[in-house]
Amino acid sequence: MSLWEYANPKKFMQTSQVLLPYFAVLAAVCLVIGLVWGFFFTTDDYRQGATVKIIYLHVPAAMMAINAWVMMLITSLVWLVRRHHVSALAAKAAAPIGLVMTLIALITGAVWGQPMWGTWWVWDPRLTSFLILFLFYLGYIALWEAVENPDTAADLTSILCLVGSVFALLSRYAVNFWNQGLHQGASLSLDEETNVHNEYYLPLLFCIAGFVLLFVALVLLRTRTEIRSRRIQAIMARERLG
Amino acid sequence: MIALLIRDLRQATRAGGGFGLALAFFLIVTVLVPFGVGPESAVLARIAPGVLWVGALLACLLSLDRIFALDFEDGSLDLLATAPIPMEAVVVIKALAHWLVTGVPLTLAAPALGVLLNLPQGGYGWLVLTLALGTPALSMIGTFGAALTVGLKRGGLLLSLLVLPLYVPTLIFGAEALTRGLASLDNATPLLMLAGITFGVIAILPFAAAAAIRINLR
Repeated sequence: MSLWEYANPKKFMQTSQVLLPYFAVLAAVCLVIGLVWGFFFTTDDYRQGATVKIIYLHVPAAMMAINAWVMMLITSLVWLVRRHHVSALAAKAAAPIGLVMTLIALITGAVWGQPMWGTWWVWDPRLTSFLILFLFYLGYIALWEAVENPDTAADLTSILCLVGSVFALLSRYAVNFWNQGLHQGASLSLDEETNVHNEYYLPLLFCIAGFVLLFVALVLLRTRTEIRSRRIQAIMARERLG
Repeated sequence: MIALLIRDLRQATRAGGGFGLALAFFLIVTVLVPFGVGPESAVLARIAPGVLWVGALLACLLSLDRIFALDFEDGSLDLLATAPIPMEAVVVIKALAHWLVTGVPLTLAAPALGVLLNLPQGGYGWLVLTLALGTPALSMIGTFGAALTVGLKRGGLLLSLLVLPLYVPTLIFGAEALTRGLASLDNATPLLMLAGITFGVIAILPFAAAAAIRINLR
């Protein structure tokens, strides 16, 4: 029994078929508990009012936006080293999810920022680096779409993912430097995790778990779709020959 | 390798090779900015460092898709792949040639455009220094992007989409070093970071770019 068994598409399809409903149901349960608890059974913050509840979408989405990229980085590495197609397809499947998570984090952040900071957007280091992450996702997906040969596409996007990870990290710290260098705007970024009270923290944990499970379920689902579409292409190619 | 460099330089400077196009683009961008933001010299002096850096970056971007495209089309890239020099060296030479025909002229022309934008006195040295330090990184990152998209039919737009996010750190440190130099602040940190990015990129990206070319030639 080893992890690499699941690199076999058939084995992966069998196992993921069993696992997918569990992940989906658990994700739904966690999200319903977390969101309902968070939205309706916590008191309003004394300064932020009801807007504090955006935290239940904003923080988990932002976490998953970064973790999706990390997952793509790992699966890209596995593809480059061990040439398992499932791994490359999982990276491809995760990218649009990561893009949407980034978008959710940016939009909920804007909606939250408007009443709290009085502006939809500031060039704060965190916001800026998420915008850059968004651009990285766009480029990655565009490259997948542009290359016709699936193996070439997998190779090129994997290299882009590796190089992009280095540059994304570099940008993160460059942006930090850039803004602190111009004006001391650090008071804008609330350090949510450390400050937040238990009343908000517990539902938040459920939401985070829900987002993680949702992400896993979506990646499994999309990877299965990719494998199936790859099989259809193979069948069609074979019929054209025969 | 030197023969390859000379060949690339000769091709770039030949009529229709696109030499000077980047310079003309840089000039036009710089001329357009005052029309957009108004002619007040104080405003122009304030935004001059950023405009010059962004202009140079965009001008650099313009000629990237030519780095490998022509060689790929007429098959000389396949010959280079089977040549006794490693693909990594070819990539470095290509990036060097690109820098010599775009980065160096841009750096030398930037002070003249700085006059147009009313760049404060004392900024000219920093302008040339930051551009001289930063443009090699722009060429090298661009060469990597060109290597990724070399096999695509219409890779030009995709190339910009891939490369521009990668340019962010270089732009930030380059413009920051220039702005701080203008304000007579200590700009050693951004300058060192800029140099670090340039040398790091030259050390690492040839391998990634060469791998991408090998994949595209498969």
